[in-house]
Amino acid sequence: MTLAEILASLFPEGHAVRVADGLVTGRAPFDGAEAAVIGIDGDTPLGVEGALALSRAVLDAVRAGDRVPILVLVDSDSQRMSRRDELLGLNECLAHLAKALLLADRAGHPTVGLIYGHSAAGAFIATALATRVLAALPGANPSVMDLPSVARVTKLPLERLEEMAKSTPVFAPGLDNMVATGAVHAVLDPARPLDAQVRDLIAGLPAEDVRDRLGAERGGRPVAQAVAAAVAAEARRG
Amino acid sequence: MAAPMAAGTDPRALSWYEATARQRVAALADPGTFHEFLPPTERRMSPHLPLFDLPRAFDDGIVVGRARLDGKPVLVAAQEGRFMGGAFGEVHGAKLIGLLRAARDLRPAAVLILFDTGGVRLQEANAGETAIAEAMRAIAELRAAGVPVIGLIGGRAGAYGGGGLIAGACSRLAVSEGGRISVSGPEVIETNQGAEEFDSRDRALVWRTMGGKHRRLIGGADAFAADTVAAFRAAALDLIGRAPAFDLATLEAEQARLEARIARFGDCRDATEIWARMGVNDPDAVPAMTTASFDETVARVAEAHHDAR
Repeated sequence: MTLAEILASLFPEGHAVRVADGLVTGRAPFDGAEAAVIGIDGDTPLGVEGALALSRAVLDAVRAGDRVPILVLVDSDSQRMSRRDELLGLNECLAHLAKALLLADRAGHPTVGLIYGHSAAGAFIATALATRVLAALPGANPSVMDLPSVARVTKLPLERLEEMAKSTPVFAPGLDNMVATGAVHAVLDPARPLDAQVRDLIAGLPAEDVRDRLGAERGGRPVAQAVAAAVAAEARRG
Repeated sequence: MAAPMAAGTDPRALSWYEATARQRVAALADPGTFHEFLPPTERRMSPHLPLFDLPRAFDDGIVVGRARLDGKPVLVAAQEGRFMGGAFGEVHGAKLIGLLRAARDLRPAAVLILFDTGGVRLQEANAGETAIAEAMRAIAELRAAGVPVIGLIGGRAGAYGGGGLIAGACSRLAVSEGGRISVSGPEVIETNQGAEEFDSRDRALVWRTMGGKHRRLIGGADAFAADTVAAFRAAALDLIGRAPAFDLATLEAEQARLEARIARFGDCRDATEIWARMGVNDPDAVPAMTTASFDETVARVAEAHHDAR
């Protein structure tokens, strides 16, 4: 689905969501009240300015105090890879955006991510992965790094990595693997209205971070939950 | 767990950069107080690395446990940059998450994260990436509950990729000259944008752009430590006492701080231009400055001092 189609399905009463330089911001009537929208469209890389534009929109919503849902729509590239962005503290700007979303969550805003295209690395962590619940549309392509790059870094032949990717969700790019890892909670049905599906996600928001439990149940992260639980149990034993 | 020291060697005089994760933790804490959770004897190793014919570590490259710092209870996580660049794999990440979750109930005086990481371990990329998101969420919850989370950055692997993002979520950061904080590493930028954009072999450029002195001057870190365990210990104790709250006021202030930085320095090509604009008298002298004269320089730079993190 395109962003325009997604917005039309999410907000059948219309919306005031704009896209400028690949950055998505705005508000729309939703579920009898309003929703705030931020996002990245068109496989756009996220640099220092983009991160701060989105965090500003999130903090504006928190300051308004109305606890409206915040929807984070993502079809991005990775973080913008440049000398200037790093010089200016890209790590602080991306972390700031993630913190703004986490603060909004704590302040009572349901935060829902929807990945409908690509996203990778720092841009993914600062946006979609900082929401309470992350959904995807079929065809979405979240990744950490594409396989040819993985081949370069690991010095393994691409053909072998492609073969391994078929049976090993933990390293391979793609939506199915991110679902198996537990990072993506649910895949939505594009044939049905998205507003009702997102309402259901908000109604069923997990009380805490369930991603490692999902990863264990789905087999994409076989040991993380048990290891975290073992460490926490030892720590609490005092 | 630390290796026996030669008689007469003061562990706190150890170079942070050269020390192993276990040496750092043992020497940072009050003597004899560090107790490790899931120690190497438990052999909780990566289930994935054998697939890539890669050697595993009994601790998956991270040491977690409890200790006392000046008598106060703290929880500590220390990444081992010598094992796969300290990268976040499934077990590695889960050990940090378990520690952070326990901290929520235990309310220690602080959680210390000794970063030494190149970011996500590509062989376990999806697990590592998700663990970074889980860590940031857990840190936000801890900070909101009033537990300071202090990052210490001075290891050979720096704090790159997702490590740089987790660092940005901490209450306070201490960094040494050798510590680097960045999202994209020099090689990644060069591979994607070309050597004209970033020559990763130009080490001086790397230190100027991502190194501890630049981060401290622009306010990306809150303390500058000499490269010894003693200096990091002193910095940690100082920072625990002045951790900012995690609330709207702090994040509004951080928004303003970062916007002002880009407005003021966004057209600078090199860190030396930024330092000059900040009022540093001799920017070219900064990389070679001793800790003492660098501290004097930092004291005069407004951007370096804030509670907006």
